Amino acid sequence: MLDHWFPKNISTYGGEIDSVFYLIFYIVGIGFLLGEAAIFYFLIRYRRRDGKKAAFVNGERWSQAAWIIIPTAIVLVLDLWIDFAGAQAYDAIKGEMPVSETIVQVTGKQFNWIINYPGPDGIFGTEDDLTKENDLYVPVNKAVKTILKSEDVIHSFFVPVLRLKQDMVPGRTIEAWFEATETGKYEIACAELCGYGHYTMRGFLHILSEEDYAAWVSENWPDTNSESN
Amino acid sequence: MTEQKNAENGHSEELSFWRKYVFSTDHKVVGKQYLFIALFMAILGGVMAYYMRWQLAWPETAVPGAGWIPEPTAFGGIIPPEFYNALTTMHGTIMVFFVGMPFLLGAFGNFLLPLMIGAKDMAFPRLNMMSVWTLFLASLVMIASFFVEGGAASAGWTGYAPLSADPIHTGVTWGLNLWILGLALEFTSFLMGGINFLTTTITMRAPGMTMYRLPLMVWMQITAAVIFMLSVGPLIAGAILLLLDRTVGTGFFIPELGGDPLLWQHLFWFFGHPEVYVVLLPGFGAIMEILPVFSRKPIFAYKTIIWSTIIAGALSFLVWAHHMFVSGMDPRLAMPFSITTILISVPFAVVIFAFMATLWGGSIRFTTPMLFALGTVMTFIVGGATGIFNGSAPVDIFIHDTHFVVAHFHFTLFPDVFLGGFAALYFWFPKMFGRMMNETLGKIHFWVTTIAFNAVFIPMFVLGLGGSMRRVYNPLQYDFLKPMQGINEFITYAAIVLLLGQFIFMFNFFWSMFKGKKAERNPWNATTLEWSVSYPIPHDNFATIPTVYHGPYEYSLPGNKSDWQPQHEENEPVSG
Repeated sequence: MLDHWFPKNISTYGGEIDSVFYLIFYIVGIGFLLGEAAIFYFLIRYRRRDGKKAAFVNGERWSQAAWIIIPTAIVLVLDLWIDFAGAQAYDAIKGEMPVSETIVQVTGKQFNWIINYPGPDGIFGTEDDLTKENDLYVPVNKAVKTILKSEDVIHSFFVPVLRLKQDMVPGRTIEAWFEATETGKYEIACAELCGYGHYTMRGFLHILSEEDYAAWVSENWPDTNSESN
Repeated sequence: MTEQKNAENGHSEELSFWRKYVFSTDHKVVGKQYLFIALFMAILGGVMAYYMRWQLAWPETAVPGAGWIPEPTAFGGIIPPEFYNALTTMHGTIMVFFVGMPFLLGAFGNFLLPLMIGAKDMAFPRLNMMSVWTLFLASLVMIASFFVEGGAASAGWTGYAPLSADPIHTGVTWGLNLWILGLALEFTSFLMGGINFLTTTITMRAPGMTMYRLPLMVWMQITAAVIFMLSVGPLIAGAILLLLDRTVGTGFFIPELGGDPLLWQHLFWFFGHPEVYVVLLPGFGAIMEILPVFSRKPIFAYKTIIWSTIIAGALSFLVWAHHMFVSGMDPRLAMPFSITTILISVPFAVVIFAFMATLWGGSIRFTTPMLFALGTVMTFIVGGATGIFNGSAPVDIFIHDTHFVVAHFHFTLFPDVFLGGFAALYFWFPKMFGRMMNETLGKIHFWVTTIAFNAVFIPMFVLGLGGSMRRVYNPLQYDFLKPMQGINEFITYAAIVLLLGQFIFMFNFFWSMFKGKKAERNPWNATTLEWSVSYPIPHDNFATIPTVYHGPYEYSLPGNKSDWQPQHEENEPVSG
């Protein structure tokens, strides 16, 4: 029902984020409607009328205070429910990182994404590294590990369709992962104010099928087979 | 005794114009000075919001009414990205520190606190005068920062390092130094104010005014003052370190020099979250005075409210890292902070339920202050409820730094500062200026403001869920945001209505000040001490210090003929 609010989700864990959102939405939404309805009802029911005196209720006795203690206890229980559901989803995303063969390093730099591929040897800083700007190529249905860095200020690597957002902090190396479930070309955005060109810091995530990815690899590393054999 | 009183009155009449209205030590004059600073700065903040909203709806077109801004800040009304970033930064800074705090703490805290506790003035009147003039200076420094070369600060109101730590990243030089200086002066001002609030309340209460007979407005003011004093220290230290990084080449927040950018975020948010409650509580305090008066009922669960807000204040020191779920801090920290954050909804739920229970069984009169008070409660619920989404660490991964967050905090602070502040102003205006504000205009102002406010910020939640990032100069840059551009345009129309609606208030405010209906001493039949003195209130407030016999909210006491029992009258009033 609410699906059209979000960008479509194409990551394995995006659904977990969305479902925690819906859980909170329904709990909070029902509470919100009940609360506002009660206020409206009180306002109409207890509007000033001639000859009608207000009741003297100061809420200092336990029997009166129960009127706010019981709803508060319900709020507390619902809070804990939301916390536990959230903890599970968070653990699935930020807990153990799955083993991945595809590793890329993304470095934010005013106002571009510098994307480093380690090449067939899987090691950064060797001759077969490949550097591109703003275009990130990854295979579909494979866990991808990103190593996030920044050269100048804080940027934030945001891929809405993956439900992935991670700040890139200069001086730190931060890892994040995702596994896309659909092929296509999607936008990467910078979500942390990084200067006057912040809004132009746009990149593309190309999610390729197994065959297309193999083709892309052999196009960029033509002598892969001979080297690795 | 009488002679002495006359002598004092005579003395106060002899004060020169300057000592009476400008460099005054009278807490009532100081309070009004805070009020005018806050209202002036609110106009600035509002105009900035208008410029930003125009840019977001119709990017890179000339903003009507911005043609006067000289190059290179703007170009014939077209706002460049540098200026846009300065606008978002300064709008946030001004609205939180130069409107929210002066309006709710400065103006109403100073004006009401001594009157409500039955004191002749603040404990340190000269310090009080110094605090408002320090704020005045801070405001000048902030405004001046727009006119220096390189423009005003543009690193966000949160001033994240290293963007803020080295001028090379933004091109802003003295603008950001002045921003730090202006904030430091503002902090100093409110530290002096807080010392005064606390000392006055502890030592100068009238006989019989026990702590549990204090009006809740006073409780909220001193709780806010304590929270502010305990939290601001780390940020003052952080601000000095940041200034050193910028000016003398230290590297506290610059990684190449061995510093850590996340340190700034910890220092900022350790203060930043408690600061929200510093602004929130006094606004709630006003609501807590107004709801009982117009329901003719005691506030529900007085002591429980006091302790809930104190608990919320204490918890607010344990939640700061919820602003940093995606910052790169250890992910294991996220869940503990997520739990404390969501738990903080419990004491606030108590307060909101107490507000609702206060209405139950009442005899409710829909005056302008009451409408604004009810509007505050009913809109704040949205702000509180949407906080649960941000507080949930996994959901925050997606909505962090989107317009969802922007809509959320406007739904907490706008009802509190503006709806609550307006409620307070309409309510205490007769005591401040001796006249009533016009009710019809007040009600029109209320409906325009609340409807337009909701029209601005409810669609903004939808934008945020669509992934729309905050602080983006031109949303059309992204294909995935283009389909939502209609929402941006709608929000801007609504924002223009919201801002234009405030002209109704401004007219009513100034017109009523001079031409409004003369107010009776106690036009709302309220029980607290400030209503026991007549306008104009002499410099030392009370000819004789009143003795307090009752709690602050004794409305509709069983057995009483009238429905109110003033705090300072031993027996029920003859006329009611």
